[in-house]
Amino acid sequence: MIKVEERREPSLIVKIATKIVAVLLALGISATIFISYGIDPIYAFSIMFSKSLTLYGLSEVVTKFIPLELCGVGLIVAFKSGMWNIGAEGQLLIGAIMATWVALFLDIPDFTRLPLILTLSMVGGITWALIPAFLKAKLEVNEVIVTLMMNYIASFLVNYLVYGPWKGSKEWGFPYTDKFPESAWLPAIPGTRIHWPTLLIASVVAFTVFFIMFKTTLGFEMRVCGQSRRVAEYSGMNYTKALMVSMAISGALAGLAGAGEVCGIHRRLRYASAISSGYGYSGIIVAWLSGLHPIASLLSAFFIAFLLAGGDILQVSLGLSSGVVSVFNGAILFSLLISEFFGRYRLRWK
Amino acid sequence: MDPVTELISMVVSAGTALLLPALGEIYAERSGVLNLGVEGMMALGAVTAFYLTYLTKEPFLGLIVAALAGVSLAFIHAFISISIRSNQVVSGLALSMLGVGLSSLIGKSLIGVPLKYTISRFEVPLLKDIPIIGGFFVQNALTYASYFIVVLLWFILFKTKIGVYVRMVGENPRAADTAGVNVPVIRYACTLLGGALAGLGGAYLSICYTPAWIEGMTAGQGWIALALVIFSAWNPLYAIVGSYLFGGVRVLQYRLQPYGFSPPLLQTLPYVSTIAVLIVFSSGRLRRRLGAPSALGKPYYRGEKT
Repeated sequence: MIKVEERREPSLIVKIATKIVAVLLALGISATIFISYGIDPIYAFSIMFSKSLTLYGLSEVVTKFIPLELCGVGLIVAFKSGMWNIGAEGQLLIGAIMATWVALFLDIPDFTRLPLILTLSMVGGITWALIPAFLKAKLEVNEVIVTLMMNYIASFLVNYLVYGPWKGSKEWGFPYTDKFPESAWLPAIPGTRIHWPTLLIASVVAFTVFFIMFKTTLGFEMRVCGQSRRVAEYSGMNYTKALMVSMAISGALAGLAGAGEVCGIHRRLRYASAISSGYGYSGIIVAWLSGLHPIASLLSAFFIAFLLAGGDILQVSLGLSSGVVSVFNGAILFSLLISEFFGRYRLRWK
Repeated sequence: MDPVTELISMVVSAGTALLLPALGEIYAERSGVLNLGVEGMMALGAVTAFYLTYLTKEPFLGLIVAALAGVSLAFIHAFISISIRSNQVVSGLALSMLGVGLSSLIGKSLIGVPLKYTISRFEVPLLKDIPIIGGFFVQNALTYASYFIVVLLWFILFKTKIGVYVRMVGENPRAADTAGVNVPVIRYACTLLGGALAGLGGAYLSICYTPAWIEGMTAGQGWIALALVIFSAWNPLYAIVGSYLFGGVRVLQYRLQPYGFSPPLLQTLPYVSTIAVLIVFSSGRLRRRLGAPSALGKPYYRGEKT
């Protein structure tokens, strides 16, 4: 007979092992899908590796790491506080809209432009994130559906702007805004698309968020609220405040990621799916793969960035659709859930 | 057809795509399983139905395959949430990602392919001539079937022993278990039913309503269906009202276009309305009166663990 029994507290090694097993399992699932598609999985993975490990390939991985880390670490804060924020994608897009507004339409001295862009993109993300937080805290409205709906709304807003009022005068009918003035460009490492100020912020933020979540009273309160609203309120904590703060952090970081994309890479606003290739959704995987640990998210974001870059490569060289990234994402989440089960329980033969 | 009847007919045919998945999710949630993967199951249903119909020229085979596709995805979710009792929210999200991703992979070669064999509309003689209500009888076979499915599912849920078991399992699985009801079996069955209906909802889009395969054609309708479950207070009969309300929003979106509203702004209408509906119907007190299943989203541990 096989008996399932619960482990007391999974050790760090077990925790790390479950993540590695999950990734391998996900690769296995993806391989099965490749085979059913008539593609040799070893060939597919080897293309992904060989092309990502060139200098250019790596720079693309790092470029994708930036928004993934920003969204992912923000989502960790939200998830830890019990807020299922699926809305990083929308918060990122609103950040991009705000950044574009400052870049193109505000008449301000050049040296204030970038700081204002970064600030207002965060304000945009915060605003977009606080709506579902408020609705959840005050009215118990399901935040998963609201944040998702707000993603759709944000992407249509972007499309409205680039097809309508903000459409560039010199763009021959393409759905782009005019190019940003140079004062609104985030500087990139020469020869790459890596906008390093945002990269720096993303890396520092991981440690800052770790400090806030695990070393401050505020972080403790957010984590308690994430465990149980009732416990939090009985012990005199302000549930609404904790939820709003956690979503503000989450939204601010996603909004910042949006500014990074438009000012660091495109240098103009384009239609929604060109601005973000699902970074907000992949950020969920970053957060979950890290075990909701801000510092570990640096690793998981890098890994997911590698997969996204690999997905791009597969699309070009094997003619696969963009859905391949979604399949990776789904497979990783499922594998994590399954491997966590074996982290929580052990099987005993009797 | 007079304009009002025609409008009703359009609203109903737009609403059916939401009605089928909402009905399925009502059963899953009534049994205590929250499945956020509706969007993914719909997307996979849509693409497989289209593909099969295209290959075999038999739209009804397409429907069957779509239902099976939904069931297979739902099975993954059922296994993770019922058997290994993992996080249902994460599993549902994963299901949506997987389903939408797979649909895009499978559908790449189908984009722009015309479909000659669809489930076409036919009119019910006599009934179609009744003013206004006549709009319900200028539809395709799947929509007609959906009327029966609503009544059948309502009847089973509230008038039969099986329905009592389903509701018991969702309200108080321990009591149900003590009374001899097999909790996992009921939950599996309801979750799989949810998958089948979501798959059919997707098939409805690709081989009846549109009919074509367009990447991302479900466009969040799976998520709207989830909101409708709350709107309908987990009652199949009310799901009809919600689905046609949102069918109406979709029709309104097209009707307003000639008046100079920007298309991308009009496209936000269903999503804004969903949030509005959620705000009205899920505020705490109302929600408790409406009766969300108490054990919704909670795994059930039998025996040793409490």
